[in-house]
Amino acid sequence: MEDSVSNTVLIIAFSMLLAALVLAFARLLKGPSINDRIAAMDLIAAVVMGFVLVYSVMINKSIYFDIPVIISLISFIGTVAVSTYLKHRYG
Amino acid sequence: MNSVILQIAAKYLKWLLIVFAVLALLRGHNNPGGGFIGGLMAGLAIVYRGFAYNAFQVKEELQDRPGYYIGGGLFAIFLSFLPSLFAGKTIMTGLWVKIPTPVGEGIKLGTPFLFDIGVFFAVIGVTLLFVFSLTQKQH
Repeated sequence: MEDSVSNTVLIIAFSMLLAALVLAFARLLKGPSINDRIAAMDLIAAVVMGFVLVYSVMINKSIYFDIPVIISLISFIGTVAVSTYLKHRYG
Repeated sequence: MNSVILQIAAKYLKWLLIVFAVLALLRGHNNPGGGFIGGLMAGLAIVYRGFAYNAFQVKEELQDRPGYYIGGGLFAIFLSFLPSLFAGKTIMTGLWVKIPTPVGEGIKLGTPFLFDIGVFFAVIGVTLLFVFSLTQKQH
């Protein structure tokens, strides 16, 4: 694997993504209002997309590249669904 | 919810999701993907349109459709059992047929693919059923 990215870069990328995931999850758990939780869920979806991309860089295969597209479309639907629920409940 | 931006976006993003769903369906069995994943994506595409156009309140239009999807999918799964039964093999054995085409290597069709199509439609129906029953107003 001469043409792959070096190990140090991958370790840094994975640890930063992991830190972002942990922070977003903490916000999801303790978020004072439900809007913070919606934003945290969206952020978690974005971090998972980053994980998939870094992993597919690590194993040198492009077969996982359409997973982030699908995750972004579906997480948008989740946000819209929770917003609809909030509007029916409070508005 | 009547948002113009969401309606315009849903009109195009729905087809994008369906294209990815069919891609996952056709790619499955040897690569990541398959009928279940494709069915989830196609079901969410229909749900997406429902959210944009506020279609979950229109009961008479959408109520019977999940049942049709589930029934059609289960019937396709049942049809995929028949060739292995009539060929005298154990039931659910995968049988493949290669259809030659003028260009390329030909198309491989088989009972696992029919099974995947059945799972695809059944999962679409189950997804729609879940979302419809979750968005109904409580009496």
